[in-house]
Amino acid sequence: MSTAIQARSGETLIIANREFTSRLIIGTGKYRSYDQMREAHTASGAEMVTVAVRRVPLDRSSESFLDHLDPALQILPNTAGCYSAEDAVRTARLAREALQTDLVKLEVIGDPTTLFPDNEQTLEAARVLVKEGFVVLPYFNDDLIMAKKLLDAGCAAIMPLAAPIGSGLGVQNPANLRIMREQLPDATIIVDAGVGTASDAAVAMELGADAVLMNTAIAEAQDPAKMATAMKLAIQAGRLAYLAGRMPKRLYASASSPLTGNIK
Amino acid sequence: MRVYVNGEAKELSGSISLAELVTQLDLPATRIAVELNRAVVRRSDWSATVLHDEDRLEIVHFVGGGSV
Repeated sequence: MSTAIQARSGETLIIANREFTSRLIIGTGKYRSYDQMREAHTASGAEMVTVAVRRVPLDRSSESFLDHLDPALQILPNTAGCYSAEDAVRTARLAREALQTDLVKLEVIGDPTTLFPDNEQTLEAARVLVKEGFVVLPYFNDDLIMAKKLLDAGCAAIMPLAAPIGSGLGVQNPANLRIMREQLPDATIIVDAGVGTASDAAVAMELGADAVLMNTAIAEAQDPAKMATAMKLAIQAGRLAYLAGRMPKRLYASASSPLTGNIK
Repeated sequence: MRVYVNGEAKELSGSISLAELVTQLDLPATRIAVELNRAVVRRSDWSATVLHDEDRLEIVHFVGGGSV
């Protein structure tokens, strides 16, 4: 956000005492090249990027993927690909050891076709990780009751999906996000997964999300850097619209000009 | 003796430390993490950790990814 706009809205995103100016968090997968990824990251203005943990290949020397990231970026390791609480906890512990960060984007997947989260396993893993001092950001179904349980477990923020991961369908259940915002006014809500284009990100923010995390919408755009810019602006616009408070919807017209004084 | 690294069997000539194994495998020394029999081994403990027959190790690094 430009300094002027930020000063007007007077706010930053805070996650467990870390302050972010940008409300866009982005992924590091699916780019056609490292250069393209870096350009998109720069254009997005994001200050935090998420990375996955995988076995290191033993048959070849591999350069560190992290060397391709702007060192100024906060790295948010994720437990992507885990299908049980146990594997997610192990992955989070490894990530913390390797990066010396307590941040973790917790993901426990329940099904390979939809990539929908396994909420039960996610909650179990969240409880363990919070006890171990992690700052847990869990990906979960857009469900208010689950959101409350994750917050009660001590998660620093909650990350409901907008639509299936990588689907680009946009916010499929705006009512759920709106209810979550209204019922959990103090929670940090980061919409994670499902955004396809800039208007989707704006909608998420207008519904009251504190931030949006996305990967495919930028990486699979024809021009990722341009889409990253669009996302940055959409998130700023959506945030401002949310703060501004939209007019109520009406079924019928409401004239903007005086109804009297017309010439006869 | 034999240990398993990322699911792959590795024959070792004698008893070596975890730090020596990482060197032998020519792995980068930074921003990787090691789990030995499902427990993370802190980097500062690699040298003092002697491997045993049938030990199972997971050695990870970071790759691009958003979700799943």
